[in-house]
Amino acid sequence: MRLNTETIVEKALLLVALSALMSLLLIAVFIFKEGVPFMVKVGPGAFLFSSEWEPQNGLYGIFPMIIASIWVTLGAMLVGAPLGIAGAVFLNEFVPRGVMRVVKPAIELLAGIPSVVYGFIGVMVLAPLIRAHLGGPGLSVLAAAVILGVMILPTVMSIATDAINAVPNSYREGALALGATRWQAVHMVVVKAARSGIIAGVILGMGRAIGETMAVIMVAGNAVRAPGSPLDSVRTLTANIALEMGYASGMHRQALFATGIVLFLFIMVLNSIAMAAMRTRAGGR
Amino acid sequence: MEHPATHAIPRLQVRNLNLHYGHFHALINVGMDVEDRRITALIGPSGCGKSTLLRSLNRMNDLIPGVRITGEVRIDGVDIYAPGTDVCALRARTGMVFQRPNPFPLSVYDNVVFGLRVAGVRGKETLDAAVERSLRAAWLWDNLKDNLYGSALALPLDQQQRLCVARLMAIEPEVILMDEPCSALDPIATAKIEELMLELKKQYTIIIVTHNMQQAARMSDHAGCMLLGEMIEFDGTQRMFTNPRDERTQDYISGRYG
Ligand SMILES: Nc1ncnc2c1ncn2[C@@H]1O[C@H](COP(=O)(O)OP(=O)(O)OP(=O)(O)O)[C@@H](O)[C@H]1O
Ligand SMILES: [Mg+2]
Repeated sequence: MRLNTETIVEKALLLVALSALMSLLLIAVFIFKEGVPFMVKVGPGAFLFSSEWEPQNGLYGIFPMIIASIWVTLGAMLVGAPLGIAGAVFLNEFVPRGVMRVVKPAIELLAGIPSVVYGFIGVMVLAPLIRAHLGGPGLSVLAAAVILGVMILPTVMSIATDAINAVPNSYREGALALGATRWQAVHMVVVKAARSGIIAGVILGMGRAIGETMAVIMVAGNAVRAPGSPLDSVRTLTANIALEMGYASGMHRQALFATGIVLFLFIMVLNSIAMAAMRTRAGGR
Repeated sequence: MEHPATHAIPRLQVRNLNLHYGHFHALINVGMDVEDRRITALIGPSGCGKSTLLRSLNRMNDLIPGVRITGEVRIDGVDIYAPGTDVCALRARTGMVFQRPNPFPLSVYDNVVFGLRVAGVRGKETLDAAVERSLRAAWLWDNLKDNLYGSALALPLDQQQRLCVARLMAIEPEVILMDEPCSALDPIATAKIEELMLELKKQYTIIIVTHNMQQAARMSDHAGCMLLGEMIEFDGTQRMFTNPRDERTQDYISGRYG
């Protein structure tokens, strides 16, 4: 009798796990099935490297959006990585444990704020500031980079914190016993020992940034052209899909799926790098 | 080893040293005189305070919250707990080898020059020369000269421990503190480290904590036996091992404590 229920539970769990896996697989298959024939028809060159995006005229060049996504993501990294790493180092090495126990969950809570709220703050506060002090339309690469940089902070910080936490105390003691100051021990040994985990955190953060949609639509301005300066407004790959999917049909719709493939590949590459970084042991040069 | 010459100058003096971990009194009125270019062994049952005493000599205990220390530790006559002491400089003068080899996850080269870089020494030629000199002094040069940029963590344990010694050789400390440096090593590696210590003794003052009575007996010139935070006996090693004054020392040496 008992054996029976156990087999049933086991089979049911297997079914659930399989269906989760299957739905992911189906999504991937679906995107590729819609997007790949399009790419073949238009030609990868005309799709990836042309700057003309005029679906009504049969022009499907997403180059400006690729560049925009890259700019915005790198910008987010420039904002989020130093802050996140510095925060993680500071919390781990220079703040009493008790404070850390309060602050770390608080930062992780930031990850739970809906992205539309970040976008809202970007539109209401950041964009006007940029417009007033730096010029341009305000809704821009810069605004998107700053907002995304803050959004990826929890990711970068919590992974970097875990990596730094995992550095054995014996390294710190060894460094201090050789006459190092606290700060020397941290930046010459601890951070290097935690390097792979820190890099993984940054890259996973970049993956989040490149995939973020709602906040970016709200603050980036959505103009389809390659940015000439950080103050220009841009449209990212994600924004392009989200903005046009509602009314697209035929080739246009397929073009958006193909855009999804490009995004998919970007994120796959970033995540693989992050995974490889986490797997490499620290040490040597 | 013969009883050390009586005219040798004490390099390091400990007087009335008391240490509290919070409410726990871990060192009680400890005193000892450590002589220059000798090996001094600290022995005693587990938890008696050997590591605590050793870590008081380079102020590593300062890192533990809630530690209170009173009394004197003098190196060359200067109290290391005097206000205004440069703790980093002190630690560079009193090198420490830990129980588990703890090379940094850096290259062999970067490990050896770490102490120099920390002290602000730059210049490739100076550092290169220090690496060769230090690795030779720790008997690692022949093993590692072609692998200076390989990861230190890839070395076998005994080479890691000798790299930790080489790391000290680079900054030429005055006193070397060793906390059970062989306990993670097999007998062959242990023999090598012991031999190295006898060589180092020609230039350095060495204090070693050990649980291994044979090691203490064959390596050290002086020995201190501790029990429950007190230094119950401090004497020439031969004297202590052949004719201890304190009954409890006798009991410990002959294996009646844990
Ligand atoms: N950080 C600490 N906080 C509180 N008590 C401590 C701390 N470190 C050591 N003690 C206590 O101080 C006493 C002496 O510890 P110590 O490590 O110096 O002993 P030991 O002689 O080195 O022992 P072992 O031979 O096991 O290494 C022990 O009772 C230990 O529990
Ligand atoms: Mg100990």
